[in-house]
Amino acid sequence: MTSMKRRIFLKGTVAGSAVAVGVGAGLVAPRQVLAAWPKTAFEAEKVQAAIEGLHGTALTEPSDDIQIKAPDIAENGAVVPVTISTGISNPDSISIIVEKNGTPLAASFQLASRAQGYVSTRIKMGETSDVIATVKSGDKIYSARKQVKVTIGGCGG
Amino acid sequence: MAGSIKIRARKQGDTTTVKALIKHPMETGLRKDKKTGKKIPAHFIQEVNCEHGGEQVMNALWGIAISKNPYISFQFDGAKKGDTVKLSWVDNTGESDSIETEIR
Repeated sequence: MTSMKRRIFLKGTVAGSAVAVGVGAGLVAPRQVLAAWPKTAFEAEKVQAAIEGLHGTALTEPSDDIQIKAPDIAENGAVVPVTISTGISNPDSISIIVEKNGTPLAASFQLASRAQGYVSTRIKMGETSDVIATVKSGDKIYSARKQVKVTIGGCGG
Repeated sequence: MAGSIKIRARKQGDTTTVKALIKHPMETGLRKDKKTGKKIPAHFIQEVNCEHGGEQVMNALWGIAISKNPYISFQFDGAKKGDTVKLSWVDNTGESDSIETEIR
């Protein structure tokens, strides 16, 4: 009986310390990284506000030098492959915005000087909408858009 | 969350292309559990970081509109075959993972 109790006690302490370590890591990690995560831009409900939150200004210049590769019709809005490539020199960042999503900003890729103007990922779309790509280079923000028709929405269940 | 990333880095010409798949639920925080009617708390990757030669080459900031089990691909110059690239992610609950791979 005593040995049983001891075993339970040991289990308890091991589990307890694992939780403490987990919580410790959880408290430290996000604070270090989240400084860069633009909360206001990601929580903005309008495209203009999202761009402004991200770049500090909502002024964008339409550009033919941004290619958005996305399907014309996406059957499943939960997984829409999007590839953005640009010939604009020294892109600082490439961002993907879905105009009619509840929170339009989907992603922003910060690129170092030796990174190419190319990113590819998969996004969720709630309904048929324009996908907007913005490319920041120096002080200028360029943008392009492409409509994607969605037959089944990807938000909600 | 060890082992959540699958990665490939391949060099063609001067350019290295990195492709990665991450296993992650990417919960938006807007979905409801069908049985209980309660909201499923948000759980999504906020940041993906790629380093080569001790230098950051790409840093992705993600919102809730990235699909479940995300895919990411990008390209950069200035690497050699056999070099190591490191990819790491952090989500909104503080979970994280990282992986290193050799450029082929």
